[in-house]
Amino acid sequence: MSQNEITMSRRGVIAGGAVGVAASALPAEAQTPPLDQRAAPPTMPVTLKVNGSTHRLDLDTRTTLLDALREHWKLTGTKKGCDHGQCGACTVLVDGRRINSCLSLAVMHDGDSITTIEGLGKPDDLHPMQAAFIKHDGYQCGYCTPGQICSAVAVLDEIKRGVPSHVQADIATAPAVTEMEIRERMSGNICRCGAYSNIIEAMRDVAGAKA
Amino acid sequence: MKAFTYERATSPAAAAAAVAARPGAKFIAGGTNLLDLMKLEIEAPVHLVDVNTLSLDKIEPTDSGGLRIGALVRNTDLAADPRVRRDYGVLTRAIVAGASGQLRNKATTAGNLLQRTRCPYFYDTNQPCNKRKPGSGCAAIGGYSRQLGIIGTSDACIATYPGDMAVAMRVLDATVETVQPSGATRRIPITDFHRLWGDTPHIDTNLQPGELITAVTLPKPVGGTHIYHKVRDRASYAYALVSVAAIVQRDGSGHVAIGGIAPKPWRVEAAEAALPQGAKAVTPRLLAGARPTKDNSFKVPLVERTLAAVLAQAKDAA
Repeated sequence: MSQNEITMSRRGVIAGGAVGVAASALPAEAQTPPLDQRAAPPTMPVTLKVNGSTHRLDLDTRTTLLDALREHWKLTGTKKGCDHGQCGACTVLVDGRRINSCLSLAVMHDGDSITTIEGLGKPDDLHPMQAAFIKHDGYQCGYCTPGQICSAVAVLDEIKRGVPSHVQADIATAPAVTEMEIRERMSGNICRCGAYSNIIEAMRDVAGAKA
Repeated sequence: MKAFTYERATSPAAAAAAVAARPGAKFIAGGTNLLDLMKLEIEAPVHLVDVNTLSLDKIEPTDSGGLRIGALVRNTDLAADPRVRRDYGVLTRAIVAGASGQLRNKATTAGNLLQRTRCPYFYDTNQPCNKRKPGSGCAAIGGYSRQLGIIGTSDACIATYPGDMAVAMRVLDATVETVQPSGATRRIPITDFHRLWGDTPHIDTNLQPGELITAVTLPKPVGGTHIYHKVRDRASYAYALVSVAAIVQRDGSGHVAIGGIAPKPWRVEAAEAALPQGAKAVTPRLLAGARPTKDNSFKVPLVERTLAAVLAQAKDAA
């Protein structure tokens, strides 16, 4: 019996006990009796505080934080790009720290406080970073923008808190808001339109206004 | 993604017992690698034990003058810790050379050690891969292998351990602390933690089923100039083609480990005696027995040149 037949759940369910017997001949690592994938998927109650309001839902354990926000809380500002942590479109703030919401399960955030682009500012009361992106034309198609803005807000906070970066000449010193620092720290947010230079201008503007 | 059940761990030993009791169960901490692989169904755990609830997120001094880093300390926090920046600079440098800010905020110390290879054939479920599906063959051998291993590889697998942090841990002589399902604890020197692939490339580490990493300890600081030099295709957010972690003393002696070339951070203590003589003297001993492919034979001179650059930088700093 091949490893392939063991890990194919449907086959495993049909073959029933025969699989179990054959599996005992395999190394321990290969023994992964699957859950019955035809049964109702396991769910868990999750309580999240999203943009200041608390919500509780029963979610399929597989639900990512990103899908919970978009499909269950209907906050579609946070975008799904690659869904593998490579593009940064899904960046949100969890207890003030930026993460890729696509690479985190909602059930792992029970009790956490989430801020999405909708929670940073409102159309008539923009966050300074949102206003600066508009002023400096820091986007073209806009798809990556919510993630860029959430990341940008967190980057300025990280620099302020002294979190070191790859481009610092001396990690013993406090980092500064330079173009190099912004480029390095924003490398987890990809913009296919190539609005990078204007994003840097927007971030420097916000950092300068605060200084 | 395949369906799974989920529980939150109540203690390290209970978490280890819970995973050991259930074939196909796994721990989840940061999840930045595991969830990526679960979406591709390369990993398909039937049960997840979330260890984020455990209080393993502190960095504390040890009795012997070193540091104990909790398994759940996030990469960002480890890199930013003032003691790490001051006494173990190579570790801060290695961490900030890896991944992105978002990933470093989530990824943990233990999870970073456990990240799986980024071999493209491991990720492509249409291809044979002995690591993903034991016995199916290796599409990387004879395939596109520019990123892959040149030493410590086998006829079954030429993948590399992809991380940066562990390369610094190796040069710092770190020790991995674990708890086993029985509740017994164990200390594993970092050199014995990752395995060479041999004919079992599906097993990455020497952890036993259910064994949980609780901390990584660093010995007393050794001083010297700390350097992590990573050569990659982009200036940021890319895996290493070759990386060098080095601690070099004023007299030119020191320690060096190489990333991006082998199944584990590559260090040959016997080669380090030649460090004062320069990279040309060290590299043949460091890479003795290397078996590069046509695509990645460039890594052999790249190791020597990167090491030469690091030693020159250390000399300037001394």
